[in-house]
Amino acid sequence: MVEPGTPGTKRSWGDLARLAAKALLLAALINVAFVPMRSLDTFGSISLYNRIVPGRLRLPYGDDPARSYNVSVTNLEALFASHELDVPSPSDDDLQALVVGDSSVWGFRLSASDTLAAQLNRLQLLSRESQIEFHNLGYPTMSLLKDLMILERGLAYQPDVIIWLVTLESFPVSRQAESPIVSLNRAESEALLIRFGIAPDRYLPAADSPSWWKTGVIGRRQELAELFRLQMYGLMWAASGVDHDLSTEFELRAEDLEADNTFQGFPRDGMQPDDLAWDLLASGVDAAAPVPVLIVNEPIFISAGANSEIRYNFFYPRWAYDAYREWLATECRDHGWVCVDLWEALPAATFTDSAVHYNARGAELLASRLSDPILAAADSSR
Amino acid sequence: MAILSILVFAGLAFGLGLLRAPSGRRTALLVLSAASVYLLQPATPLRYAGFWFPTLSIILTVLVGLIVRPREAPWRQAFAAAGMLAAVVVAVGLLHFLLPPGWLASLRPPAWGALVAAIAVPALAVALLRGRPESARWLAAIVVLLLVGIFVVLKSESLSVGVSSAWRQLSGQSTDLASPIDLTWLGFSYLAFRLLHVLLDWRAGRLPALGLGEMATYALFFPALSAGPIDRAERFVEDLRRAPAITPDDAREAGRRILLGLVKKFVVADSLAMIVLQPLGAERVTAGGWLWMMLYAFSFQLYFDFSGYTDVAIGTARLVGIRLPENFRRPYLQPNLTAFWNSWHMTLTDWFRAYVFNPLIRYLRSRPRPWPAPAAIFVGQLGLMVLIGLWHGISWSFVIWGAWHGLGLFIQNRWSAWTRTVGSRISSQPWAAPLLGAGGVLLTFHFVTLGWVWFTLPDPAQAAQVLGRLFGG
Repeated sequence: MVEPGTPGTKRSWGDLARLAAKALLLAALINVAFVPMRSLDTFGSISLYNRIVPGRLRLPYGDDPARSYNVSVTNLEALFASHELDVPSPSDDDLQALVVGDSSVWGFRLSASDTLAAQLNRLQLLSRESQIEFHNLGYPTMSLLKDLMILERGLAYQPDVIIWLVTLESFPVSRQAESPIVSLNRAESEALLIRFGIAPDRYLPAADSPSWWKTGVIGRRQELAELFRLQMYGLMWAASGVDHDLSTEFELRAEDLEADNTFQGFPRDGMQPDDLAWDLLASGVDAAAPVPVLIVNEPIFISAGANSEIRYNFFYPRWAYDAYREWLATECRDHGWVCVDLWEALPAATFTDSAVHYNARGAELLASRLSDPILAAADSSR
Repeated sequence: MAILSILVFAGLAFGLGLLRAPSGRRTALLVLSAASVYLLQPATPLRYAGFWFPTLSIILTVLVGLIVRPREAPWRQAFAAAGMLAAVVVAVGLLHFLLPPGWLASLRPPAWGALVAAIAVPALAVALLRGRPESARWLAAIVVLLLVGIFVVLKSESLSVGVSSAWRQLSGQSTDLASPIDLTWLGFSYLAFRLLHVLLDWRAGRLPALGLGEMATYALFFPALSAGPIDRAERFVEDLRRAPAITPDDAREAGRRILLGLVKKFVVADSLAMIVLQPLGAERVTAGGWLWMMLYAFSFQLYFDFSGYTDVAIGTARLVGIRLPENFRRPYLQPNLTAFWNSWHMTLTDWFRAYVFNPLIRYLRSRPRPWPAPAAIFVGQLGLMVLIGLWHGISWSFVIWGAWHGLGLFIQNRWSAWTRTVGSRISSQPWAAPLLGAGGVLLTFHFVTLGWVWFTLPDPAQAAQVLGRLFGG
């Protein structure tokens, strides 16, 4: 190494300015080269999962990455590349079942081995001598459009049956774009809606196109860092089998409720069927065809505390939820969908921190309640 | 420190380095260093602590500067430097009222009366030292005790909680929330090392003449405030006095070091931080193989984090013409434990060697009945390393970590002495040197890395269990 300051190596301020200019130019060129890459799919598909470390049993999501060894990413390629579903050579013998839904399906406050999909796998259900292998494709935000995007991606893995758990909270039209999976994958969600003949502006608010600055490496550094973190935490997932921190205390779902009769801004009896995203549910069933979709109205906590005559729980006033169930039954009947309403399938004691999150016992009970409808749906796929 | 803070301070240093007038540069350096004590202090839940910790750092520095200033030097220079430091304290107090809400919120100065009292402490010292110059010696002893006392409190969890509770009671806060992290005093460890070095060398008559301004710039020097290196005052002041304006070569080398440091810290170390060995991870991990991965990750994360900060400090200092000493010299590629400790956190080891190990060995060997060399070395190395362990925190884990290295150093010392003749015969063989070298590096690295288990896991029982699991237990 040549020591600066030795004869023959002295530089002038001009040399230094030229060096700085070159470095800045190089940085600017890299930034500009990144701009046309609207999506980071190429980066998202580069994954250690299923190659060096085992695939995750559920889609990556982490409120506290350092403790849960998990990180919330919205890049759909990365989400699926890290999932055990993305195994390079799947077994042809088993039937593949996708379980789609919100945080209750994902398994909030449950270990990956206790979620609904895991409990279903424990039942070792056989359909015409083939075992059904269940894959957890739940994701912790409540939006049918988000579910539809995941379901549609999941079809690439050639499932034999799809179980789609829904609840009223996922239905309001105004809520669909609240999921980061939807809002941060706008091009993809818009294309999907157009494909199913739905006007994007029904669900997606108008958005300005991102500035040039936001589309460069610097503007998207957070997104890139998340993809990198997902890979690093893959090592900890492999080492520990932990993908969700269960060690922290949590507040039990509310038993005593406010005397509030509104739902998502709708006054009592003010919600109409068109305020809910039935067309997204229909699109999911259409997208999957001929793969059968079992639609499940998922269990909710039913309070017996203060004001329980007005509300079932923190989420739902009785009038809204009753109307929703009635409309769901009608839609299922009219469209010939395979539906099962398990809204009161679980005892109150099985619910944890929310009116839709159940514990391992709840997941086990729900799995057993679902086994017959699933077998019926799987049999119909042959 | 966040990247933005590092870049802002590097920019300020570059600006100072460009100043042509040396006296102006020195003055600006003193003011910036004093201000940085406040700017770098993180917010703490203790009311007014964000202001008092930096202010106490400055008060202690001024006290030491007044004690060690040459008696024959005119007071005018000391007053000028003290005036500038007082101006920084007052300016910070005023800024809090002038800036928009939220800016420098952590500083929250106390009432004016307390501020005046803070400035009065050094003023009293000046009055005392002017009237009775011989009082400097016992004043020095008091400051040494004070520094060591604060050190012990900050490094002991139970004492920290006790002080935090008392502070909270005085400032009308809930004592239930008292926690050791309340006492986050940025840079105190390194400041204390510098001040103790100055006081101890002054008492031993080894310290060159230092003005208060020079001493304060040395002690509070902003690039090295939070993570070292621990320079020696006489070397630092030599650079400070003669430092010419920055040259393009200095700027280039400084830029290279800062960039290298940023990559080490924010790319390598922060990535490894996600998979390092820590208590929760050690509890959860299912197989010994993964524990090895986490342990290696911790070993390298610690190195890249610390040496990255050192690179940033050395680079930033270079911009103002100060060549800080190196702190790391490829420590994980050293052939034995002694060489490791001569290349890991070198300035800290040198400090302890100069003020603990050497005096202790001298004492043991010069007694009327001198200790045998091996016994003196054993006590000296064990004591030195346990003390370095306690510097990281007063807990059994750090004592064991220190003892691990102390015993390792002693065993290596004795082994080297025993095999000197046999070893030289073997190592003269052409095949032996590279083999022994590589073996030594691997052995040393793994000894150090296994030692980190005690360092990173605060519960010794868990650390012992992890060590067992690493070897299949």
